Amino acid sequence: MPTFVRTDKCDGCKGQDKTACMYICPHDLMLLDKDGSKTGHAMRAFNQEPEQCWECYSCVKICPQQAIECRHYADIVPLGASVQPLRGTDSIMWTIKFRNGTMKRFKFPIRTTPEGSADPTVGKGKPDGSEIGKPDVLFDHDPHACDMSQFVNG
Amino acid sequence: MADYAFGNPEIVEEEVDILIIGGGMAACGTAVEIVQWADSDMKIKLVDKAAMARSGAVAQGLSAINTYMGDNDPADYVRMVRTDLMGIIREDLVYDVGRQVDSSVHLFEEWGLPMWKQPGEEGKKLTEGAKPVRTGKWQIMINGESYKWIVAEAAKKALGMENIEERIFVVKLINDKNDPERVAGAVGFSVRDHKVHVYKFKACLLVCGGAVNVFRPRSIGEGTGRAWYPVWNAGSTYAMAAEVGAELTMMENRFVPTRFKDGYGPVGAWFLLFKAKAYNGLDEDYSAKNADMLKQHNYSNHSKGHVMGTCLRNHLMLHEMREGLGPILMDTPSALAKLAETMTPKEIKHLEAEAWEDFLDMTISQCGVWAGENIEPDKEMSELMPTEPYLLGSHAGCAGIWVSGPTDLPGVPDDWSWGYRGMTTVKGLFTGGDGVGASGHKFSSGSFTEGRIAAKSMVQFVRDNKDWKPELDTPVSKLVEEIYQPVKTYLEHKDYTTAEDVNPHYITPKMLQFRLQKLMDEYVAGISTWYQTNGRLLGIAEKKLQMLKEDSLKMRAKDLHELLRAWENYHRILTAEAHMRHIQFREETRYPGYYYRADFLDLDDDNWRVFVNSKYNRATGEWTLRKVPYVQLIK
Repeated sequence: MPTFVRTDKCDGCKGQDKTACMYICPHDLMLLDKDGSKTGHAMRAFNQEPEQCWECYSCVKICPQQAIECRHYADIVPLGASVQPLRGTDSIMWTIKFRNGTMKRFKFPIRTTPEGSADPTVGKGKPDGSEIGKPDVLFDHDPHACDMSQFVNG
Repeated sequence: MADYAFGNPEIVEEEVDILIIGGGMAACGTAVEIVQWADSDMKIKLVDKAAMARSGAVAQGLSAINTYMGDNDPADYVRMVRTDLMGIIREDLVYDVGRQVDSSVHLFEEWGLPMWKQPGEEGKKLTEGAKPVRTGKWQIMINGESYKWIVAEAAKKALGMENIEERIFVVKLINDKNDPERVAGAVGFSVRDHKVHVYKFKACLLVCGGAVNVFRPRSIGEGTGRAWYPVWNAGSTYAMAAEVGAELTMMENRFVPTRFKDGYGPVGAWFLLFKAKAYNGLDEDYSAKNADMLKQHNYSNHSKGHVMGTCLRNHLMLHEMREGLGPILMDTPSALAKLAETMTPKEIKHLEAEAWEDFLDMTISQCGVWAGENIEPDKEMSELMPTEPYLLGSHAGCAGIWVSGPTDLPGVPDDWSWGYRGMTTVKGLFTGGDGVGASGHKFSSGSFTEGRIAAKSMVQFVRDNKDWKPELDTPVSKLVEEIYQPVKTYLEHKDYTTAEDVNPHYITPKMLQFRLQKLMDEYVAGISTWYQTNGRLLGIAEKKLQMLKEDSLKMRAKDLHELLRAWENYHRILTAEAHMRHIQFREETRYPGYYYRADFLDLDDDNWRVFVNSKYNRATGEWTLRKVPYVQLIK
């Protein structure tokens, strides 16, 4: 489905120039209606092109107000179900509600390290610059073993 | 100070040493690697049309990393890719990814990506000898909801946010004024501010993913967006490379994944991990029933026993669908029941969670379909369906650009490398991931690795061209005019009619996309013909595509968002044209199950076990195609 924004929850990210959903949407779908001229709801965000929505949930997961939900594609999916996440720093919780009322809940890890802690070099020092011309060397010097007898000309 | 507004953009000119265009896995690989080798005075910049934390094909997350060697030898990986892609791949490129890819996966784990381990080894890392949970020989399972978020975090830190600009859509590469075989710049626009960005550089990495929504999708309402591959992949990599004169390769190749119907959720774990089987509408095991079909037309030439190209599995299934013997059903209840026979209730609960996580990590929509239709996989079977065609070079497909390969592998023809690994035939233009042709099955980890490999050679290229100054072959004013033409068209003509979408002076990007999808579907082997075409149909496609290209100059853009769509769709047209020309040129059926040349149904190794390469002439609009011999490197 395309995502939709709840009028009772969205606060337009408190009047900042860009909302979190606008920032994150990979397909430039979310738009803040500052004066309400587009939706009738001033200072609320909306999905401006629902038929281009991949339902990737990037906006749903990032919204600080949990104001964004998904009503799955109307030309495919019967009404009444919902799939809603709550993403934390190290795990994500999912609540799945079936059309017939069946509920399922799952929690999965998403990260083993604190947010912001990734060290691009993984603690390895700079490589020896003279190795730049070696085709089989990358900075972390962790190539796979190669059985060269497997080559036709090996 | 000038008053910049819609239709009157500010022009921002910048000169850098290296421009990275795109922010997906390949771009992130480059960002991480390049700072390790670059000289301190090198200016490196990355632009992404979205936000890196959720851009590219991994934006939603993934439930598996599909390329991890582990105990396998890279040569075995080459053999798998060769079989899957029906005997024609650049084995030098595939091998190069294979020997480095594990190191990238090790970085991901170090940065915080959770990976499934065998019982008893949960606390250990892969580098400490822990065995991953594999679904197949090459795939490992992960808790990958935040896969891209984590990788982008490392990439952003490596490069520094001061060298990254998001929401800039580069739409055109510019040749050098003094050397038409060389790239000197790029031009794009901000989708947030009224700004046109003009870049000059010594080298650039073009990594903007594959092509989606080129063909009419199976769902054409809201579900148009529910493509299997990300809907924002607009063929920009192929189109911009072609326009600047880069040689493309294997653009006839496409990928038609068979997935759970409508949501396009992954089937890999169900087939491989849960051992589920698929049947036709008569409950027949159609793969066994139709096995003899593979002996016809030489289709099994490159199969090794049960190991066969993914397209051939489609081939067996499509036969049932054409005969009216659908639906194709995956028997999830039997698979789960069988697994449950030897499990405790707690283990069964865990298995159910794993099955749902497979979707929730990467195709949440599939959960929406199941929940909406009250489908519980342990109680009800699910339909499978082949999707509309996609063009890509990183998944189980190999469309892309012809690039320079590694120089240290034995038996590689001399003309497969020209000095800088990952460079295209255009001087200074590099690519990776979906951009590299004839080198499929890289997936997320391999694309990241290809970005890393290209990073090193871009640094070398810049060093070797230290005193060279880029000069654009087109005046900036003309470029700006061209880019903003759809805006100008709109402003000029919008008051001619009372309905702003119906106007003889322009076409909306959306309608142009529908026109492209309709013609590709009906003439170039889309879903409505069960992926079949022939020379006559392609001739009609050629004519229609030409008119569509002419009309693309009349696209309108009523805001920056529509300007984004206009240029995405221009890229889709060029990509579609390349695809059509290649299919027209290759007079055989190389990928039965992905597409059929009904006038040349045989797989013809004698004449067509070759790469097909093409070049586009931006000035004349002409394509030149040629055969390049395939050379086997791995036994």
